[in-house]
Amino acid sequence: MKLGFTPAQEEFRAECADWLNAQMAGEFADIRGITTLTEKAERRKEWEQHLGEHGWSCIGWPKEWGGRDASLAEQVIFAEEYARAGVPGRVNHIGIELAGPTLLALGTEEQKRRFLPDIAAGKTIFCQGFSEPNAGSDLASVRTKARLEGGEWVVDGQKIWTSLAHISDWIFVVTRSEEGSKGPKGLTFLMMELDQPGIEIRPIRQINGDAEFNETFFDGARCPEDSLIGAVGDGWRVAMTLLSFERGVSTLGQQMAFRNELDAIIAAAKANGAASDPLIRQRIAKAEIGLRLMRYGALRMLSNTDHASVDGAALTYKIQWASWRRSLGELAMDVLGQAGEVTDHDGYEWPMLPNLFLYSRADTIYGGTNQIQRNLIAERGLGLPREPRGDA
Amino acid sequence: MDFVFTDEQRMIAETAQAFFTENATSERTRAAMAGDGIDHALWQAFCQELGLSGIGIPEAAGGAGLGLVELAIIAEAAGAQVAALPMLGSLALTAQAIAAGGSETQREAWLPALLAGETIAAHVAADDLVAEGDRLTGSCAFVAHGTAAQLLLVSGAGGSWLVRADAPGVTVTAQTTMDQTRPYARVTLAGAEGEPLADPQAGSRAATEAGMVVLAAEGLGLAQAALDRTVAYARDRVQFGRAIGSFQAYKHRLADMMVEIEQARSAVYWAACAVEEGSDEAALALHAAKCFCADTAFRCAGDMIQLHGGIGFTWEHDAHLFFKRARALQTLMGKNDWHRDKIAAMVLGETA
Repeated sequence: MKLGFTPAQEEFRAECADWLNAQMAGEFADIRGITTLTEKAERRKEWEQHLGEHGWSCIGWPKEWGGRDASLAEQVIFAEEYARAGVPGRVNHIGIELAGPTLLALGTEEQKRRFLPDIAAGKTIFCQGFSEPNAGSDLASVRTKARLEGGEWVVDGQKIWTSLAHISDWIFVVTRSEEGSKGPKGLTFLMMELDQPGIEIRPIRQINGDAEFNETFFDGARCPEDSLIGAVGDGWRVAMTLLSFERGVSTLGQQMAFRNELDAIIAAAKANGAASDPLIRQRIAKAEIGLRLMRYGALRMLSNTDHASVDGAALTYKIQWASWRRSLGELAMDVLGQAGEVTDHDGYEWPMLPNLFLYSRADTIYGGTNQIQRNLIAERGLGLPREPRGDA
Repeated sequence: MDFVFTDEQRMIAETAQAFFTENATSERTRAAMAGDGIDHALWQAFCQELGLSGIGIPEAAGGAGLGLVELAIIAEAAGAQVAALPMLGSLALTAQAIAAGGSETQREAWLPALLAGETIAAHVAADDLVAEGDRLTGSCAFVAHGTAAQLLLVSGAGGSWLVRADAPGVTVTAQTTMDQTRPYARVTLAGAEGEPLADPQAGSRAATEAGMVVLAAEGLGLAQAALDRTVAYARDRVQFGRAIGSFQAYKHRLADMMVEIEQARSAVYWAACAVEEGSDEAALALHAAKCFCADTAFRCAGDMIQLHGGIGFTWEHDAHLFFKRARALQTLMGKNDWHRDKIAAMVLGETA
């Protein structure tokens, strides 16, 4: 058990930091410090292409697909330095963190050749078509239909909460391909191009005024017969494989973004005197402890490569960070006081901390609500009896 | 960076868990509670047969080498059984202080007997200590395992001294204590003769580091055991025709315990590694581990009682042993609010 990095790894850290800081001080200074996923999306696509050109896009991937075979420690270091340098989050995070790893694990050679280099190069932006109006927590009850017709899949139905669909090129869709099937059986995992007449994207305005999420309608949308990952009817397994990648190295980068948020709260507390309030001090300390423990939980999770036993750190990670961040948003507002409830913008737009307060209410919902997380932890982690299921 | 146990560490953990599970039984612990709060036969076996008592003490000082990670592994295993042992006073505080801050003579005089379990030591933190030369006057009302100790490590007034419990001027009075597995005694020194540690700063630092890691690890082991035992009960106990562990109101509370415990596990081993590796995070990590693990232990022990229902409130059930030990963890070596305020001062940049 060891926490520190080797001198060679520290050298790598310096190399990453130097390069990232140089880019953020130069050509891409205009996007430095952006914290939402939607602001200046076009410029950020250019940035992600720039990352790809210099081999910094998906460093953990094999070299042949546009990565650099980076070790786990190097990926950890890069993710931390990326956020530390104030580089905005990846608009193609679904592509590089979910679609790419799923293709690496389950895709055919042909599919890897076709998609992976372009995902790494920032030329193919993916979004995720999982949830539906009646398939939220109960993901297996999706109804969007797919049928084979003249060598093509034809898809009809509706997806919702498709984050960033409006700036994406491709969507992966969990469809019901077997008429009359129920639950996780009879599903097929398809990859579809968004720019086609059968697909319509409508933004959903959120409580913070922004519109990161969308409804995506499929009306006779089409894709070639070989657009599926895995076999026909095997979509549930593919979807579950994909979701298992949600707890990858990118969590470390996410934590550095959290670090920036907590630092902003600390600065605000020092500036307005809240830092001398004993209750606020306790909450700042708790937030600091929670953030550190998140880092070390992630390092445990990432170090546990043999997966010999149920990985408690991995299983509890989602609810941990989501609950932590929601509390952080509340702390931010309690530090700011009423000043946090007004904005200088003319429109309904919020600075970082009030936006954190509003946006973090989504953290405990998307990617599996806290309630669903508790079911998973209790059933998979503690071996408790499953919830009784209805017949529907 | 590799934040998982090595094969050797995994082996130590398995050995320690097997030893405490088999020997630190409820029956034996309860017998110790009726006496001075120490299962003496267990302590002898731990020190002499298992040979793990020297862990965390350098080999040069007569210990078994290895470090705080291994010490935490042992404390975690002992905590899981709420074992009635002087691990904190004898090993984490006194032996560490002597190994790091004692002269060669002091190390030779005291460490072999402490590590063999032949001498039991307790720590006296005397806030009102007055030292006239090496004559000490002062008191502490909360000396863990004080009545069982032959040796006292007295700290206060900027120094640390070794005092024989039977020396003239030393009075040790037992106190009826909520946690009977680590009862407190009131120790009064009236001009008692002490032997100063050669390097009190080094001794005090080593004792504080090891003590906080041991308390945090004990809390982790306790919390995990409280969860495990409650899960076993939740699978067995049937009400309304279902195992009670199938009800969401119940299973979600168990899930929340696991979420806390996984963080506590990160905290303990982060702190142990940070101290071992001389990281500049060490001070923050120690404060974090101590308060987080104590809170986790208390929450899980409290939930253990609640989720067992009436049986959890009986003297017969072990839940109260967990609950009372967890309460003591909250105040030993500084209350949790105090630790958090230290952390706040660090992150607000109020400390150098």
